[in-house]
Amino acid sequence: MVRQYETVFIMTPVLSEQQIKETVQKYQSLLTESGAEIVYENNWGMRKLAYPIQKKSTGFYYLIEFKAEGELIAKLETAYKRDEKLLRFLTVSLDKHAIAYNEKKRSGGMKKQQEAAMAKQEIVKPKSQEEAEN
Amino acid sequence: MANETEIKYLTPITVETQRKKYCRFKKSGIKYIDYKDADFLLKFVNEQGKLLPRRLTGTSNKYQKKVAQAVKRARHLALMPYVADLLK
Repeated sequence: MVRQYETVFIMTPVLSEQQIKETVQKYQSLLTESGAEIVYENNWGMRKLAYPIQKKSTGFYYLIEFKAEGELIAKLETAYKRDEKLLRFLTVSLDKHAIAYNEKKRSGGMKKQQEAAMAKQEIVKPKSQEEAEN
Repeated sequence: MANETEIKYLTPITVETQRKKYCRFKKSGIKYIDYKDADFLLKFVNEQGKLLPRRLTGTSNKYQKKVAQAVKRARHLALMPYVADLLK
């Protein structure tokens, strides 16, 4: 059964930018080659950890959302476990509410952003009217 | 004749009427609790980073379970601490 999953992994801060790209690429290709469809990706960048992991206080976060068969998850997680560049990983399956939430978040449908967008439109409109009158 | 002594207070006594607790997820129609949103989850833990009980937050059982799940996921990803002092 094809389901939608979300996976976050934390890479060690000692990696260079090139190494980070390579690591990310590795998991992207692992997913796509095994027949998964990547829906969304997000690089959170360097973040401070809430507590030290392997004596490191920061890490590079990367999120991938994808559609895949359930068997792929075991494969992905063994790859994660064998990778020494990763501090932590988490894979969760998304239910319909989670999918809706993520899509809303991505399209900027969260309340604050919506209000900001509305405010911008309001500012733009009267100006154009004035210009038309002039 | 018995003296009917009325008790008079200098300041009117305030009877604390407890406001009815409600589940904020049911009220605002939130269906999914995001484990990535650590700032939001901070409302459901005390200053040591422990989960607050339902009797304090008023969350319904259904959503309390989801809150707990989300907080645990956030802890695993080091977005929230397992143990802390003076978190707030």
